[in-house]
Amino acid sequence: MQVSKTFKRIIYLELAIPVALLIIGIYHGLMQTVYRAGVLHQTSFLKLDYYQGLTLHGVINALVLTTFFAVAFGHATMAFYFKKEPNKKLMWLSFWLMLTGVLLAAATMLMGKASVLYTFYPPLKAHPLFYLGAALLIVGSWVPLFDWVRMYNAWKKEHPETKTPLAVLGTLINFIIWFMCTLAVAYEVLVLLIPWSMGWTKTVNVNLARTLFWFFGHALVYFWLLPAYIMFYTILPKVAGGKLYSDLAGRIALFLFLIFSIPVGVHHQYSDPTITRGVKFFHGLLTYGVAIPSFITAFTIAASLEYAGRKRGAKGLFGWMAKLPYLNKDKFLFGYFICGLILFIFGGVTGIINSSYSLNNVIHNTAWLPGHFHMTVAGPVFLGIVGMSLYLYARMSGKKIFMPSVNAIIPYLWMIGMLIFSFGMSWGGLRGEPRRTNLGISYLNPESAQFRPDWVPTTTIALLGGVIMFLAGMLFVVVFFGTIFKKKTEEGQLDIPVAEAFHDEKRVPLFDRFKPWLAAMIVIILLAYIPALINVNKNSGPGAPRYNIDNPMPLENKTETVKP
Amino acid sequence: MKIDKFEKRVLIITLSVIGLFIFSLLYAKNKYQTDLPECLPYNKVYTEPKINKIDSTTYQVFSVASMWQFEPGEIYVPVGSEVDFYLTSKDVVHGFNIAQKNVNMMAVYGSINKTTVKFDKPGVYDIVCHEYCGVGHQNMRAQVIVNYPTAK
Ligand code: HEM
Ligand SMILES: [Cu+2]
Ligand SMILES: [Cu+2]
Repeated sequence: MQVSKTFKRIIYLELAIPVALLIIGIYHGLMQTVYRAGVLHQTSFLKLDYYQGLTLHGVINALVLTTFFAVAFGHATMAFYFKKEPNKKLMWLSFWLMLTGVLLAAATMLMGKASVLYTFYPPLKAHPLFYLGAALLIVGSWVPLFDWVRMYNAWKKEHPETKTPLAVLGTLINFIIWFMCTLAVAYEVLVLLIPWSMGWTKTVNVNLARTLFWFFGHALVYFWLLPAYIMFYTILPKVAGGKLYSDLAGRIALFLFLIFSIPVGVHHQYSDPTITRGVKFFHGLLTYGVAIPSFITAFTIAASLEYAGRKRGAKGLFGWMAKLPYLNKDKFLFGYFICGLILFIFGGVTGIINSSYSLNNVIHNTAWLPGHFHMTVAGPVFLGIVGMSLYLYARMSGKKIFMPSVNAIIPYLWMIGMLIFSFGMSWGGLRGEPRRTNLGISYLNPESAQFRPDWVPTTTIALLGGVIMFLAGMLFVVVFFGTIFKKKTEEGQLDIPVAEAFHDEKRVPLFDRFKPWLAAMIVIILLAYIPALINVNKNSGPGAPRYNIDNPMPLENKTETVKP
Repeated sequence: MKIDKFEKRVLIITLSVIGLFIFSLLYAKNKYQTDLPECLPYNKVYTEPKINKIDSTTYQVFSVASMWQFEPGEIYVPVGSEVDFYLTSKDVVHGFNIAQKNVNMMAVYGSINKTTVKFDKPGVYDIVCHEYCGVGHQNMRAQVIVNYPTAK
């Protein structure tokens, strides 16, 4: 489909800015493995501190890249399926809000005024502009939802009896989840943290802030994942040369995500005080609820790939696995998707371990955790995002991919690096290596009394994986910008592969409307979160003043001692 | 609505697997007495670092985390002791991880966390802060010393 210049320009910016920022993000990923393996015994390298780098790494990779892409991919999906472009003014508004937010946050992080990591737990205080930046990024990403809902309603009026295209349904569900969950973090930031960081309010209830953050935090991971799910359901089967096994399965999975994504957040707080075991157990059970749509997806995708393999003439039980277009340069998306899915098998299994109530004691906040979530967010999510960004850009601009053979092997290189990295991290975590820690100074420093020789092998394995991932990541940046600098060879257009369904079930009204599901979602959220908030309120003592990262005395006290 | 027979099987398998997980979780919880930390209402008593010996093998430790140390920093107990750890923070969020014992708690300002551990074997057990707590985070560690070399 032909699209306007403005539409293209906005999408290009929303795809290319995060890829450029990835250079900083991935550089710090590599550096973390270097420090952690005890290669460096210092607090900073090239003027960038470990924790400053870790904040940049988390914010850029997990918040900026994912949010920009979700918005750009959402615009592309809506325009492509409805054959109509979203409102340009709102597209620009959303873009500028998000960009301003990112610039504010980036400035405070680079100045070292916001080394509080991407979870920004109080009472560590960041610069108020860091919080404001985060809020603007979020608010900017809300804007498109309202326009897309308008487009959807208009379309629905004309096609009351047609199934909503699966990709559209997924995009709307994803942004509804996002809108609901970010309300909590917007409250945390705007009402609790900004006034407190400015010194207008004296203290903040840390447990309340953490609980609000994780109301948002688990749904955040589904906001990362759902664009990848949409690609796996609606694009992958086509690229593989087959069909989507069942269209209805996709709809059911998506609606289950809608109701289960938010009311599980306390599984990130299993080790926290003030929330009772009963509430934690309930959130744990609901987390198993999210496993259902995940299993449905695993089956449906595997069945779709099997169908594709058999259509290409595969025989026997597993023959289809050999018949897929793994290294086909023209179908490079397949490589990005399949590597992501392979990593996701491990990501899913480790995730079930994390959510399993007292098993969480074994691994909470150890290196196991980054080992786990790099196989989700830096696995299917990251590979889906970068692969699709390149695809969308190349098709819309009418350019050929730069170094297509290199491009075809990048996902495999990334996957191999990741498997090594995550193996090292997970094993290290089981041996007690903490996450979010500059191990090189103490635990991995033979000169230190804290030296732990038993962590040398595991951190070294993680370093090896990190180097390979870094290489793959940089090769991607070269391919992406190399493509941008190429000359146009054909008329560009917005083009997304569309998979037909093998079982194309009749429209089931229940799975084609939002109201009942939204009602269920709200009820479950209330059931899960009212008790949690009552707990926090009842069991919390005094609120906390502000602390800088380098001083055990709170900020208020300092000014008090200056005045006699 | 007709459901594909493979899909039906997968749904049954999924539900059984989840059922199995829930069963094992409850089974392990009872059999091995593993549980999450206990949450107590806030009480100022626990904000003073302290080791209380209740009897020869029962101890209470009021552990206070702060930037960048745990108090008490060295905890001597005899083999076979059962120790109740009460944990809080004087400032930012800290972690409290005794990896060998699967003890895993967050120390949060204005709240009290609690868990019970039995130390059956002699040795030195590291307590590692595993939540980022500022520039000195990587130096924040304490130790439980169980009859090693001899209890004080
Ligand atoms: C070269 C590639 C990468 C390497 C070597 C790498 C390495 C690491 C390491 C070692 C940590 C843990 C540091 C610590 O806890 O002390 C970490 C944290 C993290 N990484 Fe990566 N990473 C890479 C790419 C990515 C990507 C692509 C994403 C997301 C799309 C990502 C998301 C995260 C997040 C969210 C954290 C947690 C930050 C925090 O705890 O505050 N990483 N990474
Ligand atoms: Cu979660
Ligand atoms: Cu600490």
